[in-house]
Parts: sequence; C-alpha cells; structure tokens
Amino acid sequence: MAFIRRTSPHAHTASTTGDIMRWVMLATLPGLVVLTHFFGWGSLINVALSCLTAVASEALVLKLRKRPVLFYLKDYSALVTAVLLGLALPPYAPWWLVVIGSASAIILAKQLYGGLGFNPFNPAMVGYVILLISFPVEMTRWATPQTLLADAQSLPSLMSALQSVFLGNSIGIDGYTGATPLDLFKAQQGLLVEQINAAQPLFSKASFAGAGWEWVNFAFLAGGIFLLYKRAFTWHAPISMLLALSIMAFLFYGGGNSESGGSLMLHLFSGGTMLGAFFIITDPVSSAVSNKGRIIYGAGIGILIYIIRVWGNYPDAIAFAVLLMNFAAPFIDYYTIPRTYGHTKPSRATRGRDS
Amino acid sequence: MSDSTANNIIKTFDIPGGVHPPENKAQSMQLPLGEVSIPSELIYPLNQHIGTPAIAIVEVGQKVLAGQKIADAVGALSVPVHASTSGTISAIEDRILPHTSGMKGPCIVLKTDGHHQFIDYQPCADYRQLSSAELIEKIRQAGIIGLGGAGFPTAIKLDPRNTCIDTLILNGTECEPYITADDRLMQDYADDIVAGAELLAYILGEPANIIIGIEDNKPDAIKAMQQAAKNTRIEIASFPTKYPSGGEKQLIQILTNKEVPSGKLPAMLGIVMQNVATAMAAYRAVRFGEALTWRITTLVGEALDVQRNLKVLLGTSVEHLLNELGFQSNQASRLIMGGPMMGVALPDIKVPVIKTTACIIAPSHEEMPDQPDAQACIRCGLCAEACPVSLLPQQLYWYAKSEEYERLQNHNLFDCIECGACSYVCPSTIPLVQYYRAAKGNILQQQQEKIRSDHARQRFEFRQARIERAEAEKEVKRAVRKEAAEKAKALAAKRKAEAAQNPENNNRNNDAPALDPVALAMARVKAKEQDPAVQKSKLERALTSAQGRVEKLQTRLDNAETDQLEKFESQVKQAQLRVQDAQKQLDAFNNTKSNTLNSDPTTLEKSDAESATTTISNSKVLKPASPETLDAATAAIERAKAKTEAMALMSQEEKLHEQLQSLEKRIAKAQLNLQNAQAENSEHIAVFKAGLEKMQAKLATTQAELTSLQKENQ
Repeated sequence: MAFIRRTSPHAHTASTTGDIMRWVMLATLPGLVVLTHFFGWGSLINVALSCLTAVASEALVLKLRKRPVLFYLKDYSALVTAVLLGLALPPYAPWWLVVIGSASAIILAKQLYGGLGFNPFNPAMVGYVILLISFPVEMTRWATPQTLLADAQSLPSLMSALQSVFLGNSIGIDGYTGATPLDLFKAQQGLLVEQINAAQPLFSKASFAGAGWEWVNFAFLAGGIFLLYKRAFTWHAPISMLLALSIMAFLFYGGGNSESGGSLMLHLFSGGTMLGAFFIITDPVSSAVSNKGRIIYGAGIGILIYIIRVWGNYPDAIAFAVLLMNFAAPFIDYYTIPRTYGHTKPSRATRGRDS
Repeated sequence: MSDSTANNIIKTFDIPGGVHPPENKAQSMQLPLGEVSIPSELIYPLNQHIGTPAIAIVEVGQKVLAGQKIADAVGALSVPVHASTSGTISAIEDRILPHTSGMKGPCIVLKTDGHHQFIDYQPCADYRQLSSAELIEKIRQAGIIGLGGAGFPTAIKLDPRNTCIDTLILNGTECEPYITADDRLMQDYADDIVAGAELLAYILGEPANIIIGIEDNKPDAIKAMQQAAKNTRIEIASFPTKYPSGGEKQLIQILTNKEVPSGKLPAMLGIVMQNVATAMAAYRAVRFGEALTWRITTLVGEALDVQRNLKVLLGTSVEHLLNELGFQSNQASRLIMGGPMMGVALPDIKVPVIKTTACIIAPSHEEMPDQPDAQACIRCGLCAEACPVSLLPQQLYWYAKSEEYERLQNHNLFDCIECGACSYVCPSTIPLVQYYRAAKGNILQQQQEKIRSDHARQRFEFRQARIERAEAEKEVKRAVRKEAAEKAKALAAKRKAEAAQNPENNNRNNDAPALDPVALAMARVKAKEQDPAVQKSKLERALTSAQGRVEKLQTRLDNAETDQLEKFESQVKQAQLRVQDAQKQLDAFNNTKSNTLNSDPTTLEKSDAESATTTISNSKVLKPASPETLDAATAAIERAKAKTEAMALMSQEEKLHEQLQSLEKRIAKAQLNLQNAQAENSEHIAVFKAGLEKMQAKLATTQAELTSLQKENQ
C-alpha cells in the first residue's frame, strides 16, 4: 500500500498564523473598551467601518489576482490592519476618511506589494499617513474625554454618533472635539510644564499623563503584555522603543522649563505610544528579523518619535517613525545576523563568508 | 539528582532555541522488550551506513549462518553486513530502500530456514590484551555503525588520528518524541552499556571524562545506568528534556558548554560521542565476537493494536513487524521510520529494518493529521526562537525561495542540522526544512560544477605555462646555436680571405690550423657541429619543432576573428618582409659557406632550416599570424629541404649555378614586390629597395666566385 510521502518533521504545533492574528485582535479589546468609555462610540464605529472596508478590499484584490479568496482571508491579517487603523483614527471621523484609509492600507500598502508577508511598510501606518497628509483637519480633531465634560453633559448617543459619521451632521458632536494632550502641550510651549499642567484641564484632571489618554495607553500596555505572554512576539522591539523614548524624554525634560519636551509620563502614556509599541512596531513583516535587529529597530522608532513630537511639525509621530524605520529594516537585517553555533563571530549578509 | 552517592553531579548547560513537542513516550514503555518471529525472508541493503556501500561476498543459492558476513566493506569508510539468521541467499537484487523517495538499491535477500543457527563467534575474555587498532578492526568487522540514526562507521570515530581525546560521551538522550528504544536498552542492558563505555574509553586511551547523557524524562533509565556505573568512573548526566538535545553538537554544548567549530568534528575539542546502543554493540562484538545482527526498535502509533519495543533481526520487513503488532492500515495517516521530527516517511510497507532503524511510527489520522497548506511567511520569528543553532530560518526561507545561494551561505545555511524545530513551530506550516535541503543540494551541485571548471582552467593555464617555458628554453638554445654559427662564419670569412691571398696554402692551412687556443676551440666546436650524426639529429629536431609551431600557428589563425583581418594584413606584409630578410641572410650564409670550399650539405641544410625556423618564430611573434606568413614560412622550410637534398647531389660548381639561379629568381620576385610596394606607396619601399640592392650585390659576388671557381677548375 502507498503512504503519504512527506519530509520531516511530521509533528507540528497546533497554532497557526490565523491564531496569532486573532490573539492580536483580542489584545486590542481592552484598549478599545477604554477608548469607548472615554470618547464614546466613535472608535468602535471606526473599527467596524475599517474592518468592512479592509475585508472587501482584500477580497476584491485577491479576486483580481486570481488567488483563493477564502484561504487568504482566513489568515485574519486584513482584519488586524483594519482594527489597528480604526483605533488610531480620531473618533467620529467621517466615514469616507475611514474607508479611504482602510482601502489604501490594504490595496496600496499590502496587496500591491504581493500580499501578506511581502509588504515592506506597515499597512495600517501607510493608511494613517495618507490620511494625515491628505486630510489634516479631519485627522487632528480628536474627541474630548468624558472626564472633561461638564456635569450635565454626557457622551453622544450611538445615533448622533452615526449621524455625525455618515451624514456629516456635526450637531451635537462639535462640543465634543478637542486637542490631544500632545497637541495641547505642543501648542502651549513657552510655558513651564507646571503652568501647562495647572492651566489645562486635560492635564489637571489627569492622574499621571493626560485625562482619558493615560488609561487608553494603560489598556494597550495590558494587551501588549498579554501578547508577550502568548509569545506572539518577543519583547525586543517594544521594550527597546519604550526605553529609547524614555531616555529621550528624560534627557530633554529640562526640569520642566519652558523649553521642556514634556515629561516621561506624558510621552509614554499619551498619544499612540502604547498602541504603537505593542501593536504597530511588532508587525513582524515590516520590522527587522533578528532579536538584535529588533532592538535597533525599536530604539530607532523611539528616538524618531521623540524627535518628531518635540521638534517636528506633527504632535504625534508613531506613523512617521515606524515608516522611516521600515525603510531601514532590511539594512539592519544585513548587519544583525546572530552568531551561529560553531562560529566565532556573527556573519554579515552582504560579505563573503567568514569564520 | 537526589541520589547523592551516585557520581552524577555534572553541571549541564542550556542550548538556545529548542522545542517541546508532546513526548508520546509512555505508550511504548508499557510492555517489556518483546521478540518477533523469524520472517521467511530478510532483506539486507548493502548501504546502511554513511560511506561506500558494502559489496556482496555470497552467491545466490549459498547457505549462510547467523552472524556470517555476507557483504564486505569497500575502503575505510565502509562496514560489512552480516546475515542475522541462518538460511539460503535467494537473490541479490534491487529492492525498495527505507527512503522517502521510494528508490531502489542493491540488497541481499535471505530465505530463512527457521533454525537460527549461528556461526562460531570468537569471544575475547580480556580485551586489554589487545591494542586499540586490533579492537577497532574487530568493531569494524562486526559491522557496527552509529545506531542513533546517523549511521557513521564507528571504527572511524574511534580512531581520531593525532587528536588527544579527553572526553567520551555516550548519548542516551533520545530527544525525539515517540522513540523509547534507547530507554528500553538502558534499562535492560545497562551493564553492557557500561562495559561498552569502558571498552571505548580503553580504545581512546582512557579519556579523563566518561559521561553518559540522558534527558530527565527517562528516570528509570537514569536509575539503571547509575546502578550499573556505580563502581566505575563513568558519570551519568541528566538534563531538562528539550528537543533537539540529542543532536551530537547540542549534547556537547549541554555537557561541556563548548561548541564544535563549524565544519569540524567533535574530535577537535577532544570529544568523541557514541550512542549507547553503539557502545553496547561494540562491547558485544569485542567480548563475544558478535556481529551486529539485531537491534531494539520501537513500534508505536495509534494504528497499531500493541505498541512496544521489539528485539528485531536486521533485515526484517516493516510489514512483518507491523503485522505481528496488529496494524490497522486503513487507520494510518502515514508510516515513519525514525522519530516524528527527523524520521523518514516510508513509501512502502515492504522496506526492511536496517541498522539505524530505532523506531517505526504508524500514527492515526488524529495523531498526525495532514499538514494544512502553507500560508505566507509573516516573519514572526518563532522559527528563529526555536532554532538550536541560532540561524534565522525566516531569512533562509526567503533566500532559498528566491535561490539567492550566496546569501544563504552568508546566513550559514550549512550549519543547519535539519532538526525540524523551525518547521514544527511555523504558524504558517511552511515546510522550511524541505526548502533548506533543496537549497543545500543545489549549492553543493553548483560547487562541484565550479570545482570541475576550476580544474579545467588550471589544467589549461598550466599547459600554457609549460608551452611558454619550453619555448623560452628553445629560444636560448637557438641563440647559442646562432652565436656558434656566426663564429663559424667569421672563421670561414677569415679563411676565405686567406685563401684568396694564398690559394695554394689553402689546403695546408686547413691541415695545420692556427695554434692559438681560441682558434683551436672554435675548430673543435666546428668539428663537433660538423659531425654528421649530431647535425642530422639537431636538424631533425629543428624541423619537427618548426613544423609543430607552424601547425600551432595555423590553429591560432583559424581561430582568429574576421574583424581583425585588416590588422592581420599589415602584419602579413611585415612578416613577408621578415621572411625575405631571413631568406637573404640565409642565402648569404650559404654562399659564404660554399665559397670556402668547405661547405657541407648538412651544415647548409641546418642553417637553412634554422633560418626557416627563425622566420617562423618571427612570424609567430606577430600574433595572430596570417595565412600568407605561414605559407611563406612553410614554403621556406620546403625550399630549404629541397635545396639541401638537391645540393647534396650537386658539385660545387653546380651548386653555385643553382644559387645563382635562385638568386636571380628572388631578385625578380623582390623587384615585383618593390613595384607593388611603390604602386601602393607602401612605407616599406626603402626596405624593399635595400633588399634588392643587397641581393643584386650578392648576385654579382656569386657570379664572380663562379667565374673564379671555373678558372681554378680549369
């Protein structure tokens, strides 16, 4: 009788790429819940809209590329991209903004490069940057956290949120928009850090960074730790990024003077820091491959984030920093091959063989 | 370990990476070691080891006994094969081998008689009376190879030449899931293994450390080995279970924290490692004279009714074993020889158990489901985390797919031990090891091709150098000869002058040469040169080499490209000029010689041939040569030959006449050349003119000489 001829190994772990992607989505849940708690339905609508667009775009391109649609959709990678983009976009963003962002992420940044595994750039961040450059007004209008609302005021209802998103009917939403902590801090430069903290309710009503934001970041940190525990990725890139950002913030804090770049806590727990550290830069496809390489990659992102935040023109900088380091990843890979068993020193990818 | 009295407190080290697949070792350890009935037919592949296949030394129809050698080793890297029971050789033919490809290979087939009669083994009560070399030969003759799976001839590993071995390691790790053959062996044959360790230590010159390494998931085996090794200096080391701890390089790292340098052998570190089963087989071969005719094989998998370890006669077909244990073939998802991580999927049930068969797995579909199709690599890095030799499997996969072989080698592809840990963890179920095997094969093939072409180039370059060297040597010789000829010419001219002054003294002068030593030496040289035999042989050599070179030039010319033709044409003209020049000189020389009345046909012939040679070599200098040049050169040789032959038959007078005629002919030719040159307004007009004038002058001299000769004769 004939048996299947398969080369070794014959044993296999049960976990699949789809599993990893599902874990990542699961790990974003705390962040999404906290976002919804502080800013209302906006982020949830973003995520839902983004996911629908992403799956539709992915299916369309796969069909055009004559690939088995269901087989590729089952890796859940399009959904992960969509969820991350939806979380990064401002709540109550107009529907077309989300659709454009999500479609460009999947079609331009992923499928045109050959689909999963072949994209040199993080698709979600490409989508984000396209929107940020094309629609700066819509992209910088963030919602006001619940903490800052007047006692009589409450977050917009689901209906008014949907109206705002789909009909552009901003009545009832206008009062809810405001600046992000990083935005606000940047706008107030020239004052002492203490003065800013005292004057702005976004800071004065916060526990350690920015009202609402600090807990959002905290939730993403918790999700990230869950993924680390699940070994969805290694600690190297996120820890290195957070460490580099911390060192930069520490070095340039300047004792809170009028030239200060902002406190350590502000940088770690505002904006997209934790989302970036554990969900964006850990995208393995577009990052460096070796552990050493990922340390360098993460550190580069951390430093760039600080530079762009403090001395650049954009209040938050995760997307630009990530894309810039995506460029550098193949280069980092050439020089960070680990030392192989039986070799005295690590080899170089580009040089003739040594040791 | 808790047992403080045992000599087992050995510090162990961790290896990077590794995986923890489900061990699945319990199911085959429920029953003690079992035996199988002798099948009606046994199959012995001639190549069960790494190295040269053995060669059959029995004939079809021959009766053999158990333990009898039926195939002998060929060369050093080879071991014999022995019959495992008594019977008759029924065939020596190609049978399906235990290899995934299902390929066939030469096998000896034995029809058993059921008596299981052994040959008389030669026991050896005290092997310490024998030398290492004698013991190694005994082990080799017993057909013993690495029984852990690699199948490397044990005798070779035990003879590490000039390296000093300080550590002997017996590998009882058995890190592959499912396999329990060594576990069973260590529990049932602990004393033999310890005796084997002592034997191997004796052969290796008593290394300082003897360690038996066992993973901590085999507590019974550890206990048994500790018991057996109690009063010896053998140490039992146990360490945490992790795949692939049992790899030779990995176990060395675990026990010594040393790494075997890439591409080198453990002996370089003073370490020799043998499997526990190998050690036992070596001991039995030396102590009892036993050949390797059986081994313990684990039969496991949910498609079997009974799962256990069996004492199997080598050559027994897998089918026979499975049938004895109640094999449900419709339930089996596949059939694996070896472990699930590195084992070979068997193409057929009829393959035999060979020396390296530690395990046969017949898994059910639930146990080992078919792998889903490979998804895209997301470079998650789980493979790099699992790699025990710190490679970047995701990068290797990328480069293997795009066939970037240089990058693969830069990423140390050849340090991959193909343990399968990367494929095991890959969430996209990519058959990574398969890609690496294919890439390794392709690279090795390319390297062999490169070596072949390098050899060809070296051969060609060496040949060119040799030809050039020979050419240079000839050039030197030619220069020496030319010098001698010129001296002779000068001497002849002197004589001629004397003869002209004093014709009647001519003969006397010849009879009584000048007394000064220079003249004497010159005369000697001349005498030697004029010795007909010497001259003839020299001449023949000169001619042969000239002809050879002409042929060479011809070949080179044939290879010349058309776009260089213009260049050739100008070179041809120059070459023609040189030919003429040479001819002129030759003739002048000939004339002088004939004028001295001393001219010898062979001398003439020689100088003619020489000048022809020079002409050819001149034309050769003008690379690449033209057909005209060659023709001229060849013609010159032919002319020289014809002339020599003719001259030998002619009287002095006739010779002069002949020369006159040829001179006149050449002058006519030269005039024609000159006219052509003038018509083309060539830059060589002056040269042509000068040549013509010289020839005319010579003509006049020759005529004068002829006249004087005629007068004298009268």
